[in-house]
Amino acid sequence: MTTTLAFLDGVDPWILTFSLITVLVTIWMGFRSARTSRTASDFFVAGRSVSVGWNASAISGEYLSAASFMGVAGMVMSVGYDALWYPVCYACGYLFLLLFIAGPLRRFGAYTIPDFAEGRFDSPVFRKIAVCFVLFIGFFYTMPQMKGAGTVLAYIFKGVDLRGGFLEFLAPHNSAGEALIGFPYWAGVLLVGAVITLNVARGGMKGITLVQAVQYWIKAFAISVPIFVLMAVFGFYNGQLGVNGANVNPNPSIERKALVEKAPADEAWISPFGPLTTKAVKAAAAKLPAGEQAAYLAEYQRPYSLVYTYSLIMALVCGTAGLPHILVRFYTNPNGAAAKRTTMWVMILIGVFYLFPPMFGALGRNFMPELYLGVGAKGTDKVVLELPTLLGGKFGVLGSILSGITCAGAFAAFMSTFSGLLVSMTGALAHDVYGRMLRPNATPAQRLRAFKVSAVIIGGLAIYLGSQVEALEINFMVGQAFAIAAASYFPLLFMSVWWRGMTMSGAAAGMLGGGLLALLAVALTSISDVAAAGAKKVSDLAALPAYWEHHAFAQSLGDTWVNHPLLRILCEQPAIWAVPLAIILMIVVSKATAARVPANIRMKMLVLHAPEQLGLKQEYIQEQQAAAGH
Amino acid sequence: MPTPPPPPDVMHSEEFLRSLMRRQLKLSVACAVTFLVVLLGLPLLNYFAPAFMATRIAGFTLTWLILGVLFFPFVWIISWRFIRRSIALEDAEVKSVKR
Repeated sequence: MTTTLAFLDGVDPWILTFSLITVLVTIWMGFRSARTSRTASDFFVAGRSVSVGWNASAISGEYLSAASFMGVAGMVMSVGYDALWYPVCYACGYLFLLLFIAGPLRRFGAYTIPDFAEGRFDSPVFRKIAVCFVLFIGFFYTMPQMKGAGTVLAYIFKGVDLRGGFLEFLAPHNSAGEALIGFPYWAGVLLVGAVITLNVARGGMKGITLVQAVQYWIKAFAISVPIFVLMAVFGFYNGQLGVNGANVNPNPSIERKALVEKAPADEAWISPFGPLTTKAVKAAAAKLPAGEQAAYLAEYQRPYSLVYTYSLIMALVCGTAGLPHILVRFYTNPNGAAAKRTTMWVMILIGVFYLFPPMFGALGRNFMPELYLGVGAKGTDKVVLELPTLLGGKFGVLGSILSGITCAGAFAAFMSTFSGLLVSMTGALAHDVYGRMLRPNATPAQRLRAFKVSAVIIGGLAIYLGSQVEALEINFMVGQAFAIAAASYFPLLFMSVWWRGMTMSGAAAGMLGGGLLALLAVALTSISDVAAAGAKKVSDLAALPAYWEHHAFAQSLGDTWVNHPLLRILCEQPAIWAVPLAIILMIVVSKATAARVPANIRMKMLVLHAPEQLGLKQEYIQEQQAAAGH
Repeated sequence: MPTPPPPPDVMHSEEFLRSLMRRQLKLSVACAVTFLVVLLGLPLLNYFAPAFMATRIAGFTLTWLILGVLFFPFVWIISWRFIRRSIALEDAEVKSVKR
C-alpha cells in the first residue's frame, strides 16, 4: 500500500480528506434520494413539493458558485471597495425577482422558462429561441465552474509526483514533452463533471435538491468557521480595515506585513472609485504627455468611474433576476405564497454568507500581500484556500484543518452550481426539444429516458468546454453570463408579466437585440484583453512586433479603448445601455405589431396575477384544451 | 348559511384585472423605489461627499459599513414587509371575489 500511494507524499492529508468527504457525501446523497425520484415531475420540478426550508437552502446552495466562494474574496483583496458591489448586488438581484417576477411566474405554472415563453405568446417559434438562450447562458456559466474545479484540484495536488509510475500519462507535461510534478487541470474538470452528471441523470431535480441544500450548509460552515478562528488570532474585521488608509486609528495589536509594489495603495483600496472602475481612464491618461495627465485625470476619472459603477450595479441586479437556473427553482414550490417565502429565506441565507468573503479579502491584504504578485487563480483568487495556512506557524495542524475545510467548501461550490445548471439545461433539452418539438406524443417512460440521456449529453459537452478554458478568468466569464442574462431574460420576463400589449415579435426583438449586442460588446473587450495578456507572456522583445502583427484587430481595438475610455467602459459593462435598449425595442416592435397580441390576453393576465385560490389556472387549461380540440 | 355562487363575471371582468394589477404593481414599485433610492444613492453620496463617507466608525469607513454590512439587513426588511403585504393583498382579493 505504501508503495502504490507514495505519489501522494506531497499532498496535505487534511485538505485531501475534507475534499474527499465532500465529494463522497455528494455521491452518497445523490444515490439515496435518487431512489425516491420516479415520475417525470420528480425529475423536472421535484414533484413541486419541496418545502420552503429545503428549497431556500437548495437555491442558495446553487447560487453560491465558485465566483462567490473564491472570486469575491479575491476581488475585494485585489481592488478593494468597488468589489463590494458584487456580493451586495448578487444578493439584491433576488429582491427584484421577488418584487416583480417570482409570484406571477409561479402562478402561470410551467415546467421551464421556454414553457412560459410559449404559453404567454402562443408561439412555438419563440419557445425555440428561448431554449437556445437557456442553453447558451447555461454553457457560459458552466465554464467558470469547471475552471474553478480544475484549478482547485490542481492546487490540492500541486505537490503530487506522478512521474515514473503507471499514472505518468496523467502528469502535466512541458512543451518539450517531459512530465512535471503536479496534477493536470482537466482531471478536476472531469472528476467534478462526472460526479454531478451521474447524480443528475440518476435523480433529476428531486435528486439534487437535497444535495444542494446540504452543500449550502457546507459552504456556510466552510466560509465562516475558518474566518472566525483567523480573526480571533489576527484581529477582527473592523480592525483589519482600520489599519488601511488615511485617518486610521492605529491598532497596535494588528501587525500587518509590508505591501508589495503591485498592490493598490491603502487610500485607493478602501475608497470608492478605486482601481476597478478607473482602469480605463488611467490607461488613457498614461498615453498623454506628462504635463497633461493630471488635468485629464482630474476631469474624467471620477465621472467615468461613476458610470462604470452604475452599469455594474445594473448588470448584477438584472442579471441575477434573469439567470435561467435560478428561475426554474420557483416552480418547485408547492404554491405562490411558498415561492415568496422561499425568496425571503434565500435572501437571508445568501446575505449572511456574503458578509464573510470580504473579511478574507481584508485579512489577505494585511497578512498575505505576496498573493498580489500572482495573477488570477495563482494570485488573490486563492486567498480563501491559502489564508488558513497562516495559522500553521503558531498552531500547527489547525491551519491545515481549516484550509481543508475551505477547500471542501470550494468543492461544494462548483458541484452545487453545476448541478443546478445541468438540471435546467437538461430540462430544456429533454422537455422542450425532445418532449415538445421532436416527440410530442412520447410516453412518460420515454420522457424519463430522454432526461437521463440529455443529462449525459449536456454533462459531457460541459466537461469538454470546461477543459478548453484554462486560460480565461473566472470572474470575466461570470460577468459575460450576467451581462447577457441582464439584457435578454430580465426585460423579457419583466415586460411579459406586467405589460399586456407585448407581442411575440416585440419580445423576440428585445431579447435578441439586447442579448446579442451585450455579448458583442463584452466579446470585443475580451479579444483585446486576451491578446494583451498573451503579449505579456512574449519574453523576447524582438518577437513582440510580429506578435502584434498576428493580432492586428486586437491591437486596433486596444488603441481605440485608450483613445476613448468611456467607450471601453460601456463595452466592458454594457448593462447601462443594453437593458434600456432591450426594453425600448420590446415596446416599439410590440406597438408596431399590436394586431398580434394573443386573443385571450386578459385570461393569461388573470392567471399571472390572480391569487391561486381562485382556480383560474384550471379553467385556463380547460379552455386551452377545448380550443386545441382535445 | 351556504354562500351564493359568485357571479362569474366579477372574476373575469376587465375592472377586476385592472385593479388587481394596479394594486400589485403599486406595492412592488413602492418597495423597489425604497430599495433603489438607497442602492443608486450610495454611489452619488460617495461621489459628492467623499470626505463624509470616509468617516471612520470603529475601523470601518462609513461607506464600507453601509455597503459591506448594513445593506443586507436593509434588504431583508424590505422583502419581509413586501411578503406580508402581498399575502394580505391576495387574501383581500380572494374575499372580494367570493363575497
